Amino acid sequence: MTTQTTSKAAAAIDRARGAGRAALIGYLPAGFPDVQTTIDAALAMAENGVDLIEIGIPYSDPVMDGQVIQEATVQALQNGFTVEKIFDIVAGITSQTDAAVLVMTYWNPVMQLGVREFARRLHEAGGAGLITPDLIPDEAGEWLAASDEFGLDRVFLVAPSTSPERMERTVKASRGFVYAVSIMGITGARTAVSSAAHAVVDAAHGAGAERACVGLGVSTAAQVKEIAAYADGVIVGTALVAALRDGGVAAIAELTKDLRSGTGKN
Amino acid sequence: MTESPQTANAPTEVTEGTADAFLNPTDSLRHAPGPYFGEYGGRWMPESLIAALDELQDTFEKAKADPEFTAQVAELNRTYAGRPSLLTEAKRFAEHAGGVRVFLKREDLNHTGSHKINNVLGQALLAKRMGKTRVIAETGAGQHGVASATAAALMGLECVVYMGAEDCRRQALNVARMELLGATVVPVTSGSQTLKDAINEALRDWVANVDSTHYLLGTAAGAHPFPSMVRYFHEVIGEEAREQMLAETGKLPDAVCACIGGGSNAIGMFHGFLDDPGVALYGFEAGGDGVETGRHAATISLGRPGVLHGARSYLMQDDDGQTIESHSISAGLDYPGVGPEHAYLADIGRVSYAPITDAEAMDAFRVLCRSEGIIPAIETAHALAGAMKVGQRLAAEGGDPAEKIVLINLSGRGDKDVATAAEFFDLLPDDSAESDIGKDGEQL
Repeated sequence: MTTQTTSKAAAAIDRARGAGRAALIGYLPAGFPDVQTTIDAALAMAENGVDLIEIGIPYSDPVMDGQVIQEATVQALQNGFTVEKIFDIVAGITSQTDAAVLVMTYWNPVMQLGVREFARRLHEAGGAGLITPDLIPDEAGEWLAASDEFGLDRVFLVAPSTSPERMERTVKASRGFVYAVSIMGITGARTAVSSAAHAVVDAAHGAGAERACVGLGVSTAAQVKEIAAYADGVIVGTALVAALRDGGVAAIAELTKDLRSGTGKN
Repeated sequence: MTESPQTANAPTEVTEGTADAFLNPTDSLRHAPGPYFGEYGGRWMPESLIAALDELQDTFEKAKADPEFTAQVAELNRTYAGRPSLLTEAKRFAEHAGGVRVFLKREDLNHTGSHKINNVLGQALLAKRMGKTRVIAETGAGQHGVASATAAALMGLECVVYMGAEDCRRQALNVARMELLGATVVPVTSGSQTLKDAINEALRDWVANVDSTHYLLGTAAGAHPFPSMVRYFHEVIGEEAREQMLAETGKLPDAVCACIGGGSNAIGMFHGFLDDPGVALYGFEAGGDGVETGRHAATISLGRPGVLHGARSYLMQDDDGQTIESHSISAGLDYPGVGPEHAYLADIGRVSYAPITDAEAMDAFRVLCRSEGIIPAIETAHALAGAMKVGQRLAAEGGDPAEKIVLINLSGRGDKDVATAAEFFDLLPDDSAESDIGKDGEQL
């Protein structure tokens, strides 16, 4: 296998850019409430305007997640989700849509399966790569090698607290895009997007990032519009999870359409 | 900081090519700086918190080198915590340990009743140096929460303690204690509602409030610099004990025993003896109902490496890497992880780790009460039970048992555990209010 093929996440973002808008990235926890619903909901997102689908692996200790996602992932685990099923879900989505599929995961489940083995199977399932909320490039040696070997994207996070030195290092280590955390906090809908988000995106671009996408606390089309003005992509999680919880796949479709209306660059 | 005479003066005496790493001072195991201990430790944390960890590490490194800071710590230890803590020979308890000589390092006599005070005073001072006005902490039974609330009151810091909702209910008096000291206690209802979830919730608070807030982690675990920093503040235990042993007996002990949850009291005690190859070190984990039942907290004995709460270490987890709930009669040992330095010391064989069941611990608990007039914490009772086995083994090796010495870190006192113990030994009338409390503490 050659090192570094084309980035699926970058291609998805660039397609949106070519259409004069920011990419829309939608998150769903795997297996909430079951595997088939995750696949159906992800396809509904893709059909209604999501460019990149982010599927989270439910984990026992999700320190970066707020209540809505915590409750959804606890339910997924109670309903029998196992890490094995993530590959079925990814394959189930990628076989039916062109939207890129990233897996968001805390690091221990990957470490336990084996980093290279996880990468191999994710590649096999057609996945684009990983978003890693509790893995910093400093600890990522094994993942850097495995993601190179299988041509996977590696999306690291940067935050308002990230120093210029770390920003540079993290941007360099990332492939696909860098995930700009909008606020010092955890996932969950907020009424306003922090002004810190703009500064983080500027810093990421300044450090050489070709694509910086903003996540955490984004839940409405108005917020998407505000962020689309300066970022390459907008990530929505909690609002979609709540929609799925309260209104099923139909609600996901409706919310996605609405969010997509905010992605225009002007 | 007192350097042991051997490590301070020995380098020239050692010949090249020494086979035993422990005899070679250039390979000293003491003062290991992190972030890695062998393949363990590190910073498996969200990027949002890395700047705070960097700031903490920088502040800590500078403080260690600042005579004003070390003098402040020493002064607080002497005039507030009650250090040095006593060394007590336990002659009647020794009869249950094969007749070897047994010494107790009396951390139970510290202010707030355990070794926890050593760490909270040091970290609260660091919080002040960083200009933070608020500290947050996690607690299981409430010991670290009470200690944190104490240090915060002393230094005029706001204090918020995260505690599993179930633990709040069964430790209502410790919640009241923290509130008397001015702290706010937040019951944690997420996840399994236990200590690990209290840590998750404290981390979520820290991410959101990191500018004003220091996370006063209670054990030698978590992301760098916590494992080596918490150990640093507890090293005083082992250093005092080593000097006291030499003064009392003219020699070093044959064995040193401590209990292990996250492992802070043990690492502080072991540290004084890590470079003494003749001193065997033993860490006793919570075996709960017995390791064969799956209901235990014997992380090193039965876990495997993984990452949790910022460090790579041994971890109780299922095949998928999901954390498994631990079980122990002792809330302070009821944690599915362990500090990374212990994981390393286990792998290289410098420290032996073994599980002690609830029943064995409670037996040792009663033995110490009745033989020495000391009610230990149930956590500590695990070290006592292990020490009884170690003493019996040493005696069985032959020779005069009275020539052999076992040192135990008596890490905490048992006032907090009276309801649980009374229920365990069936000392409460069925219709008493305490009976309900004890039963809940016992069964959960």
